[in-house]
Amino acid sequence: MSAATETLNPAGHADEHGHDHGHDHDHGHHASTGWRRWVYATNHKDIGTLYLWFAFTMFITGGTMALGIRAELFHPGLQFWQPEFFNQLTTLHGVIMVFGAIMPAFTGLANWMLPLMLGAPDMAFARMNNWSFWLLPPAALLLIISLFVPGGAAAGGWTLYPPLSIQGGMGMDFAIFAIHLLGISSIMGSINIVTTILNMRAPGMTLLKMPMFAWTSLVTAYLLIAVAPVLAGAVTMLLTDRHFGTHFFKAAGGGDPVLFQHIFWFFGHPEVYIMALPAFGIVSQIIPTFSRKPLFGYVSMVYATASIAILSFMVWGHHMFAVGMPATTQLFFMFMTMLIAVPTGVKVFNWIATMWQGSMSFETPMLFAIGFVCLFTVGGFSGLVLSIAPIDTEMQDTYYVVAHFHYVLVAGALFSLFAAVYYWLPKWTGNMYSEKAGKFHFWWSMVWFNVTFFPMHFLGLAGMPRRIPDYPLQYTDFNSVASVGAFCFGLGQLFFLYNVIHTIRGGVGKAPANPWDAHTLEWEVPSPAPHHTWESPPDEALVKKGLVAQALEH
Amino acid sequence: MNVENGIHDPHYFVPAPSRWPIVGSIALFCMGMGAAFWMNDVGAGKYVLLTGFAILIWMIFGWFGDVIREAQAGQYGTQVDHSLRWGMSWFIFSEVMFFAAFFGALFYARVISVPELGFFSHTHDLLWHNFNAVWPTSTGPKVDPYQPMEAFGLPAINTAILLTSGATLTWAHWGLVEGKRDHLKIGLAITVLLGLSFLTLQAIEYHHAWTEMSLHLASGAYGATFYMLTGFHGMHVLVGTIMLITMLGRALRGHFTPKHHFGFEAAAWYWHFVDVVWLILFVFVYWL
Repeated sequence: MSAATETLNPAGHADEHGHDHGHDHDHGHHASTGWRRWVYATNHKDIGTLYLWFAFTMFITGGTMALGIRAELFHPGLQFWQPEFFNQLTTLHGVIMVFGAIMPAFTGLANWMLPLMLGAPDMAFARMNNWSFWLLPPAALLLIISLFVPGGAAAGGWTLYPPLSIQGGMGMDFAIFAIHLLGISSIMGSINIVTTILNMRAPGMTLLKMPMFAWTSLVTAYLLIAVAPVLAGAVTMLLTDRHFGTHFFKAAGGGDPVLFQHIFWFFGHPEVYIMALPAFGIVSQIIPTFSRKPLFGYVSMVYATASIAILSFMVWGHHMFAVGMPATTQLFFMFMTMLIAVPTGVKVFNWIATMWQGSMSFETPMLFAIGFVCLFTVGGFSGLVLSIAPIDTEMQDTYYVVAHFHYVLVAGALFSLFAAVYYWLPKWTGNMYSEKAGKFHFWWSMVWFNVTFFPMHFLGLAGMPRRIPDYPLQYTDFNSVASVGAFCFGLGQLFFLYNVIHTIRGGVGKAPANPWDAHTLEWEVPSPAPHHTWESPPDEALVKKGLVAQALEH
Repeated sequence: MNVENGIHDPHYFVPAPSRWPIVGSIALFCMGMGAAFWMNDVGAGKYVLLTGFAILIWMIFGWFGDVIREAQAGQYGTQVDHSLRWGMSWFIFSEVMFFAAFFGALFYARVISVPELGFFSHTHDLLWHNFNAVWPTSTGPKVDPYQPMEAFGLPAINTAILLTSGATLTWAHWGLVEGKRDHLKIGLAITVLLGLSFLTLQAIEYHHAWTEMSLHLASGAYGATFYMLTGFHGMHVLVGTIMLITMLGRALRGHFTPKHHFGFEAAAWYWHFVDVVWLILFVFVYWL
């Protein structure tokens, strides 16, 4: 801990238990203990921790469902499940991973880290922050309950296309209300993030001097506020079509099922970037730290992030090339989609240029970050292939698409989350994780991820459709390989859990305040971060020191 | 933005641990599960839904009560005030996007799906030969004959009412800023009355449409977009009116100063937002 921190952070006496500051002014009441600490929490670190554990629980739940899918697909023929249940598995796997695992994990990180990185005492709306989190478990519960109602859970795929989603049993209604709760949670969480970033920065930290993770969180939150209500509208129309006789998606009354696809993907494509942009931010924090160089092209990174966000509203049609649309519209969506490769390319270039001639070292966060850059780029390239309308017409709904989005979501979003957890674990727990165990987790995940998902490209090219429980014999070999890979990959994530618990319980020793020699503000507070930090704004000189080290100021 | 304007509260107000959020979560969970059961005719569904709603009302009273007490105790500094302004603005933006989804459905049905059903092929001749591809659609296998709503009757009166209410609310705000408390109270009271009149007229309009014009939720794409757009708007008017009634109650108790009255302003922003949505509704749902 630097000497400056002691004076700048008056409440930061590193309390062993970290949550018992009866004496400070803003918190004159007694801090809650026991279950109340978590259920009534208004502290951004407690809420961040809740988010992260919830996301991990959902990751294991959704992952178990994925293993159910892979077990069924190990051999042709029906082995374990009836097709109806298989469809429920693919649907819930998608919904749970997207809304229950990846998004809450990023929001959890934003909760934990943004106030620390920006020099703010907490999130802007601490009480609403609690509600954003505590809407998630009820939503998850609705999804789980839906498995046990008559007719089972929603089985129309996570995209909930009508007419299937209009015909399903009450499981679909549970899914619709779960999505409403998740949407409310996302909107409140995002309003909190945007307001915190715009209004809670430390003196001297103007917008173009804040950490990249803050930038990508800001843009992500903006996207969510814009599109989560649109999804809410879409599922509300489904609900009224199901129960109140409306004809939004029924041609019998002048509606159109394709309308749902338009509304859904107007939400869905920005949603893709909602799950990718925070990952870009994390990697942009980690690569400079372990390359011991400032981030290359900071300003171009910011503009690239904003361009991706704006373009993401104009490309939804590329999910619908095969449903029928005028050729000019197809061309428009095709070229807009290809255009996104430009800002994304800027980002990949900048990460590589940051590493170029850097004094690099390869601790676990860096390994995951580099793994991210390599594999996300593969996913980006298969995305470019799919953006070409005539090729997409061929590939629509095949395993090629499954391979593509798992490269961006697993090797992309998930790997960046692992990188973030290893990077900030010392700050959260005050202990160092075992580097050997972390590296093992990385290489294990890296290998088995590719064993699982790379063969899916070949399956898709050969024409295997997604979302089916059975397939012709010629697809057997690659499916078996993918299934073996999936089970091994899944096993490795239990090892990750072990790593985290081991670190919480002491790891391989105490962590210094700044173990990585990084320059953002979160490293200026002790490890573990005290329960309350930056209760008064950090001193401008301290902020400036970090900005100079990041080459954002001279 | 705080840094650019040099606004840093010495101690930004961070609220104490609170039970209200979890109460709200329990409420919404009950409402979601209750509604799902109720819509599928499972026995207790309706009661679970109503219980959830009651809990939600309790939560709203408790939570906003805390906020009002904190505001009255002067715990919100300049930076908190700015946070509240950002927060309300982004909330209204999310509402705009919610309505955008339904307007999108309206435009899509009118411009794309109905013309396509009538124009592209002879499919409709085979499936339903009486189909007439005009808006409002009143022909189709699942559509009973109905009359569409006219713009220049009750809806036009309602437009006048909402526009007037926007003006009276602004007049109340001027009164507050200039320290003329009577203006504030009278302006707010008139606005609330106008809001209630709007809701009453809309209820009459709905009753007329449902019983005498045979215009139902099931009346094709027209009925669906008509009721969902005007219905969600009406719910927002109701919420806005409740917000204004709350502000009137606070004004009568002597809350708000000419400098600090963001609660009032937030309600006013919301009211103007609802007003603008109505104007778009009036043009695209009723008139054109």
